[in-house]
Amino acid sequence: MLECKSVSVTHGKKISALKGISLEVREGEIVALIGGNGAGKSTFLRTVSGLHRSDGGEIQFQGRRIDHMAPHNISALGIAHVPEGRRIFSRLTVLENLELGFYLQRGSLKSALENIFRIFPVLKERVFQSAGTLSGGEQQMLAMGRSLMSNPRLLMLDEPSMGLSPILVERIFDTIRAINGRGVTVLLVEQNAKQSLGIAHRAYVLETGRVVLEGKGADLLENDQIRQAYLGSS
Amino acid sequence: MKSRRVLLALLLLAFTAFPLIVRDGAFAYSIRLLGIMGLYVILALGLNVTLGFVGLFDLGFMAFYAIGAYTSAVLSVQGVNFWLATLAAVAVTVAVRLALGAPVLRLRGDYLAIVTLGFGEITRLVLNNWDSLTNGPKGLPRVGEALGTVSLFGFEFTENIHFYYLILAVAALTVVISKNLEHSRIGRAWIAVREDEIAAELSGIPVTRVKMLAFATSAFFAALAGSIFVHWERFVTPESFTFWESVLVVSMLVLGGMGSVTGAILGAILISGLPLLLQASLGGEMIRYRYLIFGAALVAVVIFRPQGLLPSKRRALELETEQEAAS
Repeated sequence: MLECKSVSVTHGKKISALKGISLEVREGEIVALIGGNGAGKSTFLRTVSGLHRSDGGEIQFQGRRIDHMAPHNISALGIAHVPEGRRIFSRLTVLENLELGFYLQRGSLKSALENIFRIFPVLKERVFQSAGTLSGGEQQMLAMGRSLMSNPRLLMLDEPSMGLSPILVERIFDTIRAINGRGVTVLLVEQNAKQSLGIAHRAYVLETGRVVLEGKGADLLENDQIRQAYLGSS
Repeated sequence: MKSRRVLLALLLLAFTAFPLIVRDGAFAYSIRLLGIMGLYVILALGLNVTLGFVGLFDLGFMAFYAIGAYTSAVLSVQGVNFWLATLAAVAVTVAVRLALGAPVLRLRGDYLAIVTLGFGEITRLVLNNWDSLTNGPKGLPRVGEALGTVSLFGFEFTENIHFYYLILAVAALTVVISKNLEHSRIGRAWIAVREDEIAAELSGIPVTRVKMLAFATSAFFAALAGSIFVHWERFVTPESFTFWESVLVVSMLVLGGMGSVTGAILGAILISGLPLLLQASLGGEMIRYRYLIFGAALVAVVIFRPQGLLPSKRRALELETEQEAAS
């Protein structure tokens, strides 16, 4: 579904953030992208959604080249990106946030909203509340809900567990699995390697702009290198 | 929002009736003052699109008023009729605004303010020095030339009251356009861009296109006001388009409430109207204090009512949450 061939990105003139990333996300999968700070995980997502320009390589989505396309056109193809730090419109209401996620869609806003409320019932209770007053977990749900309003084929999540309590992290990961169960392919960027490898079909490990390891989620959980570097046990 | 509609309708009625009542009395001069206030209402609504809705800080808005006014004047002197000259003024102003908008699309906040401030001054200086086209500081029309008159189906606009109704009609038109845009899909996109450009982009909003549309709309309003202004005044010099005038229009939005259509109207009426009325009633002496008066008024508003006198519902909410977050 998403095929990336030696994608590279340079910040400014010198700082090379991605040094030729090749990876693939197949229809129906949950794919995790793990790695430490500065590995290039977020940059990669931002490049796929068109916020960064790649300066080498090729990105294809459903057989169509999407590098060099504008973000709103990429979004229209069915790629939704929940960015790092969620970036909800904190001064607008929950409903307005969700409506903006529906911006490119035709058809019934109401049924789209009902769909979202089925996944995130708490948003329904808060619908007229301004988004900035939601708790961290609710804000993450809103950010995911806003992205799902565009009825995406591929959902890219950047650190959905960031700043959440362990119980909420658990719930967010359950929800990601449920969303995937509804036929949405998921590309997940996480620092929380244990949780994300737990739900991922496959995973890639990034280090300083390169893929250093790839494999099935369960296999990587058993991998010694991974255990030492990311899971904090030997 | 029903009460606001009623308020707007009442205002419109009052402004329609007022000149008919005073036209032969001692206050006939106030028709002219109200006309000037009307022009400022159009300008404030124009700036409200970019500054209020999209949050693009523009300190050189008068440049577009000037370009509209001069385009119309140059053509009118050549014998082009008012309506065609206005159309051309709109086209030229929108084109300049888009051409200027494209390179500054990435700028926000202070940086955009600096660039637009510079552009406002450059425009005035070009008008001041491009003798062959604008007759420089001496203004248009040149000696021996005259601007065309405004006529509609054979009716000639000669008195202040005629222009007053023309301005009232155009102001009402800009109010309707503003209101409709505010509640449209585009309006929501504008507000999303104001709140978070990246999130807006990821939501599928074509940020560049909606910003350009805002630029075009505000230039359209400014050009309309400019073209009417020169035909009414029958004379134009670069002096009318100083940096202070741009600041005045920004102040109108701050006073009335950023992003609020009703607020922009009120702000325009207060800031442009009060000094004029003071001048008319108290004599020329008071005009000296007008900057002092609304300087003080602005400071008071920012301290006691930061959301403006008649804020948009959303903007009020925004400031509330900001204060909550701060406390």
